[in-house]
Amino acid sequence: MYDFTYARVSSVADAAKQLKGDDDAKAVAGGMTLIPTLKLRLAKPSALVDLGGVKDLAGIKVDGKTVTIGAMTTHGAVAASAEVKKAIPALAHLAAHIGDPAVRNRGTIGGSVANNDPAADYPAGVLALGATIVTNERQIAADDFFKGMFETALKPGELITAISFPVPEKAAYMKFPNPASRYAMVGVFVAKTAGGVRVAVTGAAPSVFRQKDMEAALTKKWAPDAIEGIKQKQDGLNSDIHASAEYRAHLVGVMAKRAVQAAG
Amino acid sequence: MPQVSLTVNGKKASAEVESRTLLVQLLREKLGLTGTHVGCDTSQCGACVVHVNGKSIKSCTILAVQCEGAEVLTIEGVAKPDGTLHPMQNAFRENHGLQCGFCTPGMVMSALDLVKNNPAPKDREIREWLEGNLCRCTGYHNIVKSIEAGAAAMRK
Repeated sequence: MYDFTYARVSSVADAAKQLKGDDDAKAVAGGMTLIPTLKLRLAKPSALVDLGGVKDLAGIKVDGKTVTIGAMTTHGAVAASAEVKKAIPALAHLAAHIGDPAVRNRGTIGGSVANNDPAADYPAGVLALGATIVTNERQIAADDFFKGMFETALKPGELITAISFPVPEKAAYMKFPNPASRYAMVGVFVAKTAGGVRVAVTGAAPSVFRQKDMEAALTKKWAPDAIEGIKQKQDGLNSDIHASAEYRAHLVGVMAKRAVQAAG
Repeated sequence: MPQVSLTVNGKKASAEVESRTLLVQLLREKLGLTGTHVGCDTSQCGACVVHVNGKSIKSCTILAVQCEGAEVLTIEGVAKPDGTLHPMQNAFRENHGLQCGFCTPGMVMSALDLVKNNPAPKDREIREWLEGNLCRCTGYHNIVKSIEAGAAAMRK
């Protein structure tokens, strides 16, 4: 690791101020991606601004038809939350299958969504459920948030404070995990929401995306066989030592069917 | 250099560290607690698992400075001060839950966190919980048996 200065802040405003004053400073939430990145010397931030000491950023609130999860809430806390399990069981299931227990005890929803790793699980849930990303400056719809590989709509010094999920009628997430890392080789989150059917795919392409053909088919008929004949195009999909684009395209269909089946 | 103060195995500890010093480096190199191992150093193998504020975490993937004021429990703090093994440690011995022993500190610390929330874990739950703890000797079977037996002993 290259050395850096470390600052533990006690408020979001303070963190934003420090990040805006130094273009090379980086915010750290749970650090489950950032610290390994630093160890490999793939990043060289001048400073780390630690959000670990900011109170009120962690916590889960269910208010009628909305589940709001604070940015610093760990995957473990979401997975274990009786409220999330009741309101959006698919989201608790997603959180329970990220990495391993020790990683889930540190990794946070805000960190995962802000990082937008192509193979991360949360972006699929956020996009499929049509969630709203709440920052210290504004509210951003999921459809406008994920911009590309590790790219989001967040501006310098803008920090996620919470994510609000509308409770869907039905939803499920199925992933084919990489056997070593447990990242999604392909993960598909399907949701039947008040705003229509939404299908989000992670792991397959440089960034999470919506599978509109499947959405149209599932709108007509919500059943696994409704998407039987839909072939995911291979163009633009990831191809690496773990899986070819062809295999990933195939997995999109398989995981989507399993997800619809699981959603019931 | 930053100063970090924390509680390790019930005792106050304080050390001068670099911002980039990992918790596991603080434990092993500054505090001499070498029971916590570094296997992969890429947050996959779990040999470095310790408890921070009651939760199992990978000490190779957290900065020492992030543990300011934290309560840390390492494998050295699990047995009684007189050396009597904790029931979970004893179960690993009784059930041949280790061969080379390198992964064992992490296995025991993970197992203790599991049992905290699930006092009678089933075979499948134990195997799922050990997702982030790699053992290259045993094939896991006796580790799972050890954790079942350790959990049973802890319920008594």
